[in-house]
Amino acid sequence: MTTNRKTFRNINALTDLPSYRLPAAGWVSILHRISGAVMFILLPFILWIFDRSLTSELSYEGLTASFAQGMGVVPGAALKLVALVLLWAFLHHLFAGVRHLIMDATHRVTKGFGRSSAQATLVLSLALTALLGAKLFGLY
Amino acid sequence: MTQTNPTQRVVVGAHYGLRDWLAQRVTAALMTLFTLLVLVQVLLTPGPITYGVWAGIFAAGWMKFFIFAEVVALIYHVWVGMRDIWMDYVKPQGVRLGLHALTMVWLAGCAGWTLQVLWRI
Repeated sequence: MTTNRKTFRNINALTDLPSYRLPAAGWVSILHRISGAVMFILLPFILWIFDRSLTSELSYEGLTASFAQGMGVVPGAALKLVALVLLWAFLHHLFAGVRHLIMDATHRVTKGFGRSSAQATLVLSLALTALLGAKLFGLY
Repeated sequence: MTQTNPTQRVVVGAHYGLRDWLAQRVTAALMTLFTLLVLVQVLLTPGPITYGVWAGIFAAGWMKFFIFAEVVALIYHVWVGMRDIWMDYVKPQGVRLGLHALTMVWLAGCAGWTLQVLWRI
């Protein structure tokens, strides 16, 4: 017997996506793409941090001060927030990528493993982001 | 019959079969290993991470060897990923060609910047 489920063909981003329930693997997939694009766009910010952290003792201290007290009109919390987004993007991209590698190497491509590994990816990346984010914002 | 008319080829397509798929995984594995390499050195440092400790990690000759490979891997990986995004969402070929070119300039500039920082230490 077939059930009368709503079927989607040529989904429209504005009318269909809000009601489209993505499974965990779907969330991991689209977030893998979004996190990659975020890191691509913020590459200069990452390099700016890398540059200032390594150029000299003075620039290293300047960078630390920028994150603590802000830099010009930009408050330190704003820099930390961007760093937090990058932290999440990196962690999600890393775990989602390792998930792919595990599937490629072991041929574990069942629906069950796809689901459980996707859930593990989301939980791990969000938990680690929260943990490191708390450190970043000085909660411990 | 396969369409072979050269005037109808998509010049901003991927041109790939297995190669880029495999390269994406090899570069990813390399970057994961490199992340662990830096992370282990940071975690094994007793006491606070001062400038000396941090710069020391990247000043070692063998690390510079690996970071260069890391930068090349990263650029190739990001190129494949961004090209796939443009190919999926940007259909007009002229616009896509422009975005591909911008991506290359962006990545080449960022790679140069990284190496300048790296080789200055």
